[in-house]
Amino acid sequence: MKPGYTIERATHASRIAGALSLVAIVALIAAPWWAGRANMRLLGEVYAFLALASLWNLLAGFTGLVSVGQQAFVGLGGYALFAAAIFYGVPPLLAVVLSGFVGALIALPLAPILFRLQGAYFAIGTWVAAEVFRLTFAQVSALGGGSGTSLPARIVTDIASTRDAREMIVYWSALALGLGTIAAIYAILRSRAGLALTAIRDSEIASESLGVNIARSKLVLYVVTAALTTMTGALIFLQKLRISPDAAFSVNDWTAYVIFMVVIGGIGTIEGPIVGTLIFFLLRETLSDLGTIYLMLLGAVAILVMLKAPKGLWGLFSSATGITLFPLRRRVVQFDAK
Amino acid sequence: MPILSLEGLVKRYGALLVTDHVSLMLDKGEALGILGPNGAGKTTLFNLIAGTVAASEGRVIFNDRDISAFPARARCHLGISRSFQVPHPFLGMTTFENVLVGAAFGRGLSERQASASALEVLELTGLMRKANALAGTLTLLERKRLELARALATQPTLLLLDEIAGGLTEAECHELIATIKAVRAQGVSIIWIEHVVNALLAVVDRIAVLDFGRKIAEGEPAAIMASPEVTSIYMGLDA
Repeated sequence: MKPGYTIERATHASRIAGALSLVAIVALIAAPWWAGRANMRLLGEVYAFLALASLWNLLAGFTGLVSVGQQAFVGLGGYALFAAAIFYGVPPLLAVVLSGFVGALIALPLAPILFRLQGAYFAIGTWVAAEVFRLTFAQVSALGGGSGTSLPARIVTDIASTRDAREMIVYWSALALGLGTIAAIYAILRSRAGLALTAIRDSEIASESLGVNIARSKLVLYVVTAALTTMTGALIFLQKLRISPDAAFSVNDWTAYVIFMVVIGGIGTIEGPIVGTLIFFLLRETLSDLGTIYLMLLGAVAILVMLKAPKGLWGLFSSATGITLFPLRRRVVQFDAK
Repeated sequence: MPILSLEGLVKRYGALLVTDHVSLMLDKGEALGILGPNGAGKTTLFNLIAGTVAASEGRVIFNDRDISAFPARARCHLGISRSFQVPHPFLGMTTFENVLVGAAFGRGLSERQASASALEVLELTGLMRKANALAGTLTLLERKRLELARALATQPTLLLLDEIAGGLTEAECHELIATIKAVRAQGVSIIWIEHVVNALLAVVDRIAVLDFGRKIAEGEPAAIMASPEVTSIYMGLDA
């Protein structure tokens, strides 16, 4: 390092946020002792969407790969779990981890095909790929074909013998996956690779002429995102205990809502998808009884945010206050030369 | 010994001929100025050298190697670096991080090594006091300086400068000239597109003039500035 200078990352706000989130994490780990069954279920769902939104944001917000086909990997994860558990007797939690490799293996050959498409065509291509997955799994009669199947009771009791213990384990797994995904994204973005991704986000033409390998960065990111999305999908269907092609590869559930969360929270930041996920669940839990009107409200919120705060609610807050919870920026600090 | 030679470069966009069989030679350590009216194809020529766009015909030879088919990234790794006429800063990153990208990926350095080298470049280009400012908050002049800094961070042997002196005050211009001379003193070859002729004349050994995609004159700066091609372009006089 140049004498007299050093590089710092943490900010005042981020240190406070770090301390507060440690408290929150401890509280969430202890949820089985203070939250009821329904609330634990809800939290499990929140964690899964935290992961999905953060991953979609990593892909779209940093490399401009706007996918509307991430449900391909959510569904794949669900089916990988069911197939591994039913056909090969793999313990469900191990199957969740292994499904990540399945996702990566499928994404690797799929990426070069999809990457031939640009912009909107890429988006449509990912959707088509997801539909191909859905139609393919609907053909597998051993997994219930088009109407789907449930996870057999013996496999479910394999996780833990009592229902309470089982729900605790699945809850903690979801918490670990949600937090782990955010931690992994944070680590990636702080690293040298993250510097490349942020550069690509801001200007591809400049990145390329400064020696950044854009094609490789996009490929690696797509595969990593696919692996984690697949694991999330496996965990989602471990919570549901039932799978069908329509539920597994739903563009609404696994992509449309996820895009809503990222857009209202703020694309291209780590905090954005987290804020967006919390807002989405807040709206859903308070307004979903309204039925169709609830969906219209969601649409109105999305339009309003896009018009008034194109960087999302977090972007609005962050640019007004300068606060970041996940400090990615490198600050040059000069020592006092005394 | 030439570091760069362009052999009959052609760039077409449909029927539009933007670069019309341009051949040029640049010696190691030499500084070449490029003049020409707006739309003469100067920036396109840089795009062809840096690999931002591919040539329709012709060859780009860099250090005796045909790099015509190389992407911009590979040319950067070989030692060609460019500034953009319209700055393309990474708006969401700080000035330091902008330069860090060039050092880390242009030279394949670890982040630690790249940080040290980025700080040196910031000092050289006078951007140190803006190190922690978001590039999005920089003024146009600072952005142009940042273009230069990022290009230098890749440690080029051939530096392509695209109109970085425009809009500078006299004092700033002198500072810029001093910076570029310092870079040149390290043995870096330079091609500089510039409308600010005085700045150009202070640095370059030779000038080439482009018009309608063709090279219409080339030679000693004094001779070129007095030539009828240049007076007709810049003074609007008939040759």
